Amino acid sequence: MATRRVRVLAVASGGGHWVQLLRLRPAWDGCDVAYATVHPDAAAQVPGARFFSFKDASRKNKASFAIVALQLFRAVATVRPDVVVTTGSAPALFAIMFGRLFGARTLWVDSIANSEVMSSSGLRARKLAHQCLTQWPELAADPVPKYWGAVL
Amino acid sequence: MSVANDAPEVFASVGSMFAFDRFAQALDDWATAHPATKVLVQIGSGAYEPKHAAFVRMMPPALYQRRIAEARLFVAHAGMGSIIAAIQAGKPLLMMPRRLDLGEHTTDHQFATLAKFAGRDGLHTAVTVEDLHAGIDALLADGGTPPAPIEPFAAPAFTDRIRAFIHGSDAG
Repeated sequence: MATRRVRVLAVASGGGHWVQLLRLRPAWDGCDVAYATVHPDAAAQVPGARFFSFKDASRKNKASFAIVALQLFRAVATVRPDVVVTTGSAPALFAIMFGRLFGARTLWVDSIANSEVMSSSGLRARKLAHQCLTQWPELAADPVPKYWGAVL
Repeated sequence: MSVANDAPEVFASVGSMFAFDRFAQALDDWATAHPATKVLVQIGSGAYEPKHAAFVRMMPPALYQRRIAEARLFVAHAGMGSIIAAIQAGKPLLMMPRRLDLGEHTTDHQFATLAKFAGRDGLHTAVTVEDLHAGIDALLADGGTPPAPIEPFAAPAFTDRIRAFIHGSDAG
């Protein structure tokens, strides 16, 4: 049987979220991967991959969320991923939601910055994503978040 | 007057998301008191524009990494992007956490980050502006042990597990 490569959409906000996503790259070696992040310049760090950028949004600038939702909907609808992987932050919840809508399996990796409590987005992702991870073993719980390791 | 294109001796960054004017001004004040030292601050969307230190709003990732590598000291907010960049570059980092009560972030998690990562080789902390100024002086005089080198990727035990999820062979 001819098999096509697994399509992965890897999503992260800027700064530390993006740096953490890049450290996970071996996980999708050999897959057909597309990236979505906030800084268009970041495309240079993932040569050869399809690349989408979206507007930064947080609890500090809520109005941006509507635009982000549209941008991430377009990314998901274009890529039609089999799997969505994200290291946060809040805007990535849209990628998880839209990914599910298109039948993707979804994975949330909470940022290693959240060492005492899960991020508020991560708490939402526990119910939204198929699998939800923390990077601190002491925050692991049953059934989620699970601890599979950390980027450092 | 220094320009943003010169390799700085002290490279400082507020990260890529929110302004951190208290930090940017602290670096500018330090630069004012030390005119012979080249200081470059990435200020993001901050309202405070340094007058004595050189500044940029935001630079592409490749240039950002080069500035860290060229500098004698990297100073930053206590964000994971900065911490990982410093470790990957093997450069001493002096980090100051953003405060929720001053509107510098959406939570106080950078204090938790500080507690978790302080004490690693090459990672130094400053909670107040006074600490920050003293820390820059001390680390320029003696940078101490730099961060230990690490692989560019997370441990295979972790990425293999994610790989299994991606290929549908690990439901969790």
